[in-house]
Amino acid sequence: MDYEQDFTDSKVDLKIWKRLIGYSFRNWKLLLILLVGQMVTALVDISYPLMQKYAIDNFAVAGNTSGIPVFGIMYALLVLVQAASVIIFITVAGKLEMNVSYAIRDEAYYHLQRLQLSYYDKTPVGYMMARMVSDIMRLSELVAWSLTDILWAGFYVIGCIISMLSLNWKLALLVLIVVPPLAVMCFFFQRIILKNQRIVRKTNSRITSAYNEGIMGAMTTKTLVREDKNCEEFQALSSTMKKAAVKSQVLSATFMPLVMILGSIGTSIALGKGSVEVLGGTISLGMLSAFLSYTSQFFEPVQQLARIFAEMQTAQASAERVFNMMDTEIDISDTPEVIEKYGDIFDPKEENWEPMEGKVEFEHVSFQYKEGQKVLDDFSLTVEPGKSVALVGETGAGKSTIVNLVCRFYEPTEGRVLIDGRDYRERSQLWLEKNLGYMLQTPHLFSGTIKDNIAYARKDATMDEIREAARLVHAEEFILNTKDGYDTQVGEGGVLLSTGQKQLICFARVVLADPRIFILDEATASIDTETEQYIQQAITKVLEGRTSFIVAHRLSTIRNSDRILVIDAGKILESGTHEELMEKKGEYFKLYTNQFREDSQDRLLNG
Amino acid sequence: MEKKNKGRKFSILLEITKGYKKYFLLGAAAVILSALVAYLSPIITSFTLDYVLQGKEPSVPPFVMKAVEVLGGREFLMRNIWICVLTFLMFRIFDGIFVHIRGRSVAQSSEGLAKNLRDRLYEHLQNVPYDYHKHVSTGDLIQRCTSDVETVRRFFGVQLIEIIRILVVMGMTISIMSAIDVRMTLISMISFPFLIGTSFLYFRHVMHIFREADEAEGVLSNVIQENLTGVRVVRAFGQQKNEMDKFEEAHRVYSDLNYKITKQMGLFWGGTDAMSYMQICITLVFSSLFAARGELSVGDVVLFTSYSGMVMWPVRALGRILADMGRATVALGRLQEILDVPLEEEPGKALTPDMEGDIVFDHVCFGYDEYDDVLKDISFTVKKGMTVGILGSTGSGKSSLVQLLQRLYRVTAGKITINGTDINDIDAKHLRRNIGIVLQEPFLYSRTILENIRIVDSSASEEEVYHAAKLAAVHDAIMEFEKGYDTLVGERGVTLSGGQQQRVAIARTLMQKTPILVFDDSMSAVDTETDAQIRSALKGNRGENTMFIISHRINTLCEADLILVLENGRLTQMGTHEELLAEDGLYRRIAVIQDMAGNEEEVRG
Repeated sequence: MDYEQDFTDSKVDLKIWKRLIGYSFRNWKLLLILLVGQMVTALVDISYPLMQKYAIDNFAVAGNTSGIPVFGIMYALLVLVQAASVIIFITVAGKLEMNVSYAIRDEAYYHLQRLQLSYYDKTPVGYMMARMVSDIMRLSELVAWSLTDILWAGFYVIGCIISMLSLNWKLALLVLIVVPPLAVMCFFFQRIILKNQRIVRKTNSRITSAYNEGIMGAMTTKTLVREDKNCEEFQALSSTMKKAAVKSQVLSATFMPLVMILGSIGTSIALGKGSVEVLGGTISLGMLSAFLSYTSQFFEPVQQLARIFAEMQTAQASAERVFNMMDTEIDISDTPEVIEKYGDIFDPKEENWEPMEGKVEFEHVSFQYKEGQKVLDDFSLTVEPGKSVALVGETGAGKSTIVNLVCRFYEPTEGRVLIDGRDYRERSQLWLEKNLGYMLQTPHLFSGTIKDNIAYARKDATMDEIREAARLVHAEEFILNTKDGYDTQVGEGGVLLSTGQKQLICFARVVLADPRIFILDEATASIDTETEQYIQQAITKVLEGRTSFIVAHRLSTIRNSDRILVIDAGKILESGTHEELMEKKGEYFKLYTNQFREDSQDRLLNG
Repeated sequence: MEKKNKGRKFSILLEITKGYKKYFLLGAAAVILSALVAYLSPIITSFTLDYVLQGKEPSVPPFVMKAVEVLGGREFLMRNIWICVLTFLMFRIFDGIFVHIRGRSVAQSSEGLAKNLRDRLYEHLQNVPYDYHKHVSTGDLIQRCTSDVETVRRFFGVQLIEIIRILVVMGMTISIMSAIDVRMTLISMISFPFLIGTSFLYFRHVMHIFREADEAEGVLSNVIQENLTGVRVVRAFGQQKNEMDKFEEAHRVYSDLNYKITKQMGLFWGGTDAMSYMQICITLVFSSLFAARGELSVGDVVLFTSYSGMVMWPVRALGRILADMGRATVALGRLQEILDVPLEEEPGKALTPDMEGDIVFDHVCFGYDEYDDVLKDISFTVKKGMTVGILGSTGSGKSSLVQLLQRLYRVTAGKITINGTDINDIDAKHLRRNIGIVLQEPFLYSRTILENIRIVDSSASEEEVYHAAKLAAVHDAIMEFEKGYDTLVGERGVTLSGGQQQRVAIARTLMQKTPILVFDDSMSAVDTETDAQIRSALKGNRGENTMFIISHRINTLCEADLILVLENGRLTQMGTHEELLAEDGLYRRIAVIQDMAGNEEEVRG
């Protein structure tokens, strides 16, 4: 997906720059070194033509050889100074880049860790990833290196001008005539070139998605006999790409020679006027050669400055997007009093935490998303410690909202949620979370070994505890059959394991964490019969003695719950045990029989 | 083997450079001319400085001196310095023009080549056999088609021309300098081998740090990604602190590696800068020395010094390009691998017969490879206009059966005939154009719904599209979207529900107006009522169509004229609904389950 949006020609936003500069100034020592280093580099660059002038005037023209060894040593020293300053400025700029990107990324990540889940629900992961990875990389790169280049180019240009003026101010002024048109032209061209490069990048990403579609949809394409048309369309796209790319390169191929020629005009002026002066005896030959050197190198820093100013906009756009993400307000947070007593997520005061019984109450709870209708309306419910509640109902009925409210991923807009008789907002989020276990519909594993994943919530668990948890949910058998047993890598997102295996590991994770409240969002995808049985047993084990909320799909899970709630449009339609509800022959009865039918058929066809 | 591969690599090169070689040659010519002109301009300056200003004998070819004599010699030039200046400027302008031509032609040739390559790859991937796409990794293919193509493009667009330029520049510098003073030439080139060697070795070495840094970036991205996608798990277990630590570790490694690269870069640039300036220093010192002794002119001093300076940076770049060149060969090899996949071929006479008639499966066997048999000895006859229902368990071969019909796979034994013609003798496109198939998980192209439905015939009117959408019972759902039929779907658009996707795909297939229609479990995500609605609409519309419907729903199957029951690749039952209900078998067992709604006793059992 294309989350690399481009900026619209926005104006300079001083606030963003102030903030960016703020990040740079945290490294004021580096900035200072950079400043001095670049000044030295530019000074040395400027002195080369002077050295050449000296050699020509004093040795070549004068026919004198006596000072040459000293001159050679001086020159060599100059070279060494320059080499050292190049090494220093590159290293320092690299360090600056690293520090800025590290600070911003760290801060952004920290912020994301505390942001409420509703933000995650409406923001695609790809979007956040683009901000976290490429935007931060781009802006810190631009900030650090642009600064470096500006310093060098600035010193160089100023130094050149001073040097020329002091050599011969009349000639210098004459030569400098070309600078203003040069600067204007550079700035103008750089903007167009950047714009075109962006078009090329965009077209390129369209080509990537065309390949994606061509490959993913290959089967459908074949059945529709659409190969030729697809190729035709692709060729149209690749032609567009070619045109855009050629255009962008031709622009550069026009710009570069123009800069060069304009620069040469400066050199020509120096050559013409300077020669006349030399003939007239007003300036030396060496001075003329120095002027020729300056004018032939002068256009490069001017061009560089223009490029930097054009690129600044890109940095600003990246920064704007990153800062927007970092400025998203945190809706769900603990009050200062709560933090005072229980600590925050990074510095919990566990000694003050009360042990949790596990009683959960909804007291006239209503909930609605910021923009949208009420999902829950005046919802009340009491669940005694250790009891399980199965939530049944159509998609969008409010089952996941109830679960989200229990976890305090969302907070009620009206009413209260009480845990052990106290509003959960009077305790810290982490207190609740540490007593919580969650099993998602699609099991989520982190890269690492099976062991790491089971011990996810308890890094200090011993191997015996881990094995016990795995054994309890019948996961050990398959784990020992994998290549490295508990040390087997699960791969990115657990790709190396089957869905059933991943679920078992997630169950073991919950067992090891031993939470008081357990949330189970049951998977709908069917898996092989054997694993299915293990999972059923695992569920029974995990539910034992925990207050559980289950978004249920499997008949056996539903049937075994202490209480079943049929939810419709944010209200409890029916409530009771399986037997009670079957007696009633209401909505639950209908749902159950339908489900039963599908289950038996699946067993017949897939078993 | 090695040799054969090389030959093939070369063959794709010839193919993709077609039509663009002339641009490349033009670019190369411009490079040479521009280098020539660029290297002559210092001569003009030195001529002015030496001859015009000081009256020393300049080191220029005799014909130039002749021309000067004709004009009126040194005296004339002294009075008309502007001639020298203008000549200088002219050379620079010519240089600029050549640089421009070079950029233009190289852009044409390298972008043209990239386009050829992209088109070739795309076309090839569209025309490989159906089976191929089942076994390849999409990510890897896309990676090759994008970044490998980019590597090849860069090689032709930037590196090759750069190598030519550097070689020309070096050749010219050496010849001009040695024409003036061989001894001084050698002195001016003393650092070249070190410079090339250093940068070659450096970039070879730094390549693996780059790879490490790429990997570290991958790890970091992965940590962030897993944290963001697993945010519920993180929160539910209260693991933010550990996640922060995990992130900081990956972040540290990544940052440190990047910093390491920068530091090494600094050393390299600083070190080679020193080498280059040292070279200029040596040149300056020695040429000044010789000039002081009267063995060289002052102009020569300027000339040698500027040449040393001018040739230094290209020499340094040469090492870098040489170190980088291996990548282009690897990339070309990887692309060739794709193009080496054989295309789908016509196994028979490629006839285009009338497709309306009976369909006969005659002892058909099929397996994806020689070790498995997905379908075993299947025989049945479908009369024109019949509806055939197919019931089978997962992996029973029912999808393969209908895919054989379109010849997406070929039978391994037996034959299938349509209207008496063996389908192996029918042109693949003709065959597929006459059989409309709706897959269970249909793919929608990333464009509007309207375009998706009329994808086969973009000239179809909107009325026809609406009609098909109404038949597929999706018209109303589409109209509910804010943009209706102009709603963008697919990768960049809205995500349709499974049922909506299936129905759009049905509408799309209906637009083909084929005599044979196949629904491969393509209403599985549609609710029962809508399913019935679609079927009755199809019945009213289909006319003489022959239809195959794969389904689990007895309600759907029972209306078929012929029902096939597949179990483990065998045809175990065949007949009408009534006939199959009378038999003991899978069909009746399923029918019993589906028929018992409201029967509580059985539920409890």
